[in-house]
Amino acid sequence: MLKSVLALLRRDLRLAIRHGGESLMPLLFLFAVLILVPLGVGPGPNLLSAIAPGMVWVAALLASLLALEGLFRPDLEDGTLEQWWTAPAPVGLLVATRLFSHWLITGLPVILFAPLAAQMLYLPDHALPVLLLTLLIGTPILSLIGGLASALTLGTKRGSVLLSILIFPLVVPVLIFATGAVSAVADGLSPRAHLGLLTSLLILALALAPLATTAALKLNVE
Amino acid sequence: MIWQKIKVGFHKLGSPPIFYRLCQVLSPWLWAGFAVSLVIGLYYALYVVPPDYQQSDSFRILYIHVPSAWQAMAGYLVMSILAVIALVWRIRTTEIMAMAAAPIGAAFTVICLATGSIWGRPMWGTFWAWDARLTSMLVLLFIYLGIMGLYAAFEDKRKGARVACILILVGLVNIPIIHFSVEWWTTLHQGRGISFVGESTMDASMKPPLIWMIVATKLLFTAALLDRSRNELIDQDRRKGWIRRKLGASV
Amino acid sequence: MSELLTAEAVGFTRSGDLVFDPVDVCLQSGRALVIAGPNGSGKTTLLRLLAGILTPARGRVQRHGSLAFLGHLAAVKGDLTVRENLEFTARFCSRPGLPVNQALARVGLAGLGLRPARALSAGQKRRVGLACLLVARRDTWLLDEPYASLDDIGGELVDSLLEQHLAGGGAVALSTHQRQPRLEQAPERLLIRPPGREDE
Repeated sequence: MLKSVLALLRRDLRLAIRHGGESLMPLLFLFAVLILVPLGVGPGPNLLSAIAPGMVWVAALLASLLALEGLFRPDLEDGTLEQWWTAPAPVGLLVATRLFSHWLITGLPVILFAPLAAQMLYLPDHALPVLLLTLLIGTPILSLIGGLASALTLGTKRGSVLLSILIFPLVVPVLIFATGAVSAVADGLSPRAHLGLLTSLLILALALAPLATTAALKLNVE
Repeated sequence: MIWQKIKVGFHKLGSPPIFYRLCQVLSPWLWAGFAVSLVIGLYYALYVVPPDYQQSDSFRILYIHVPSAWQAMAGYLVMSILAVIALVWRIRTTEIMAMAAAPIGAAFTVICLATGSIWGRPMWGTFWAWDARLTSMLVLLFIYLGIMGLYAAFEDKRKGARVACILILVGLVNIPIIHFSVEWWTTLHQGRGISFVGESTMDASMKPPLIWMIVATKLLFTAALLDRSRNELIDQDRRKGWIRRKLGASV
Repeated sequence: MSELLTAEAVGFTRSGDLVFDPVDVCLQSGRALVIAGPNGSGKTTLLRLLAGILTPARGRVQRHGSLAFLGHLAAVKGDLTVRENLEFTARFCSRPGLPVNQALARVGLAGLGLRPARALSAGQKRRVGLACLLVARRDTWLLDEPYASLDDIGGELVDSLLEQHLAGGGAVALSTHQRQPRLEQAPERLLIRPPGREDE
């Protein structure tokens, strides 16, 4: 069982590396957004540092959206997805593995480059650890919600527009608590309440999203 | 015992001809009930209730706004119950009903948002405020639209309905969280200056029309739900024998 | 002879209609079953039901052993090499069978291991699918049109693989509408019929 999970993870990452450029797209996109924002609203440090947490988070959200089309659809099209049901491991576990590799490819790079982005947007230095913490807790939720939405839209012809409409309402709380935590620290308040709520969202998503995703995948493979 | 009876009852309802017949019989009564309570409610709301000393006549729009807000949420609850039944027992008519409920709920949400901003213009001086209730209503609208869009995107209507039912349940878990988070967000950002309707401070004379209007929206929802489900059933089963027998040679 | 898979009155509905008349299936070790029927009769659907990819709307399926399913699609990642694909299957199914090189030689693809899978022809992809059956040992093989896009030699290869698998105590269910498997012991046949019209 564990062997299947590791095999899948290894193959997914190998494919991501082989696609190289494509896998880096979300990160490039993040920077495109971060460069466009100062150009759009002006380079004033006060304004930029006020909107920095929100901008980093919106960019992280968009970056995770970008990679969703490739989450299950290629596997459906080349027939590897239906093999999941004859595997020795339960499908839910394989789904969780796939979501983990999605997070490794889209979430982790964003976290690694967030300090740079924070500098570019003049985020106060003492707020940076909290920003990283919110990203660490929050980006897995984005992957879980995104995975659910892409499983739901898998059976449709053009899922991508639908995908963003499905995701937007579901990520509202994540965005609110994550940016709230960073803003609170920047204003000299404690981010604990926000972080606690964000963590409970993560736990809830971890418990429920793989179940719903598996059910949706099953329906769409039929 | 009782569960068994309920289950058998649902399976009977699951038979399209019986469901069709039930909708046909109930729907005129529901529409009539809606018309009566609407007339009574509007009469009270527009003529009997005295104007408010602060808001003069503009508060009367709340008699449409509040019931539709409640119905938008109650509609989601009804839709979720239907979705659970559809997913657990795979009853086709409940799938159809859940899918028929989404546009009606969305319509009530739109009415709620529209009347809210019409009322907000003279009261707050703006059509839109990032008020907690307004924002969560807007998010609710998007959830409704997402469900409708997802269902519409599938060629196989049954598969689409089942997938959309999963989304309905995901939304059900999320709506309270969204509502809570938005409330938290607005209290931090702007302070609780604006409270939408002070139910507790409401004068006793304002209540009867509100109750009539709430009854009216419930009846409207149910009547529209049954009619929409019946139409959808006719559309999906138009090639089947029992529809031909019901509707004659016209199909 | 032990039963590896049994299905009782199993049926599947699409848009509320049965796809085929519900059937009983019993796969025993050492025996092969040929699922026959015209195009669109639901052969693939039945195999997918047996594999557990679809959930039956009627009846139930019991599986007592590991399964391999080879569908229309070869289940091969085009961006990986043939060898990488086979190595993945071996690990993923976690019951090692033939080493990759031997499996490749057995299906006539010796020397193509480093070729990216997308560069293969349809018949070669099919052979990679067959090699996937060999690199991980599974009790029951469910093969959907295994002879499709294979040449005569490929057809004989499938037959000899089936023979070997059955001799090793495995069971096979396969659908076909062109070539019939030529095996020492004649396989059982199951004819899929369209459903009797059911008006609700």
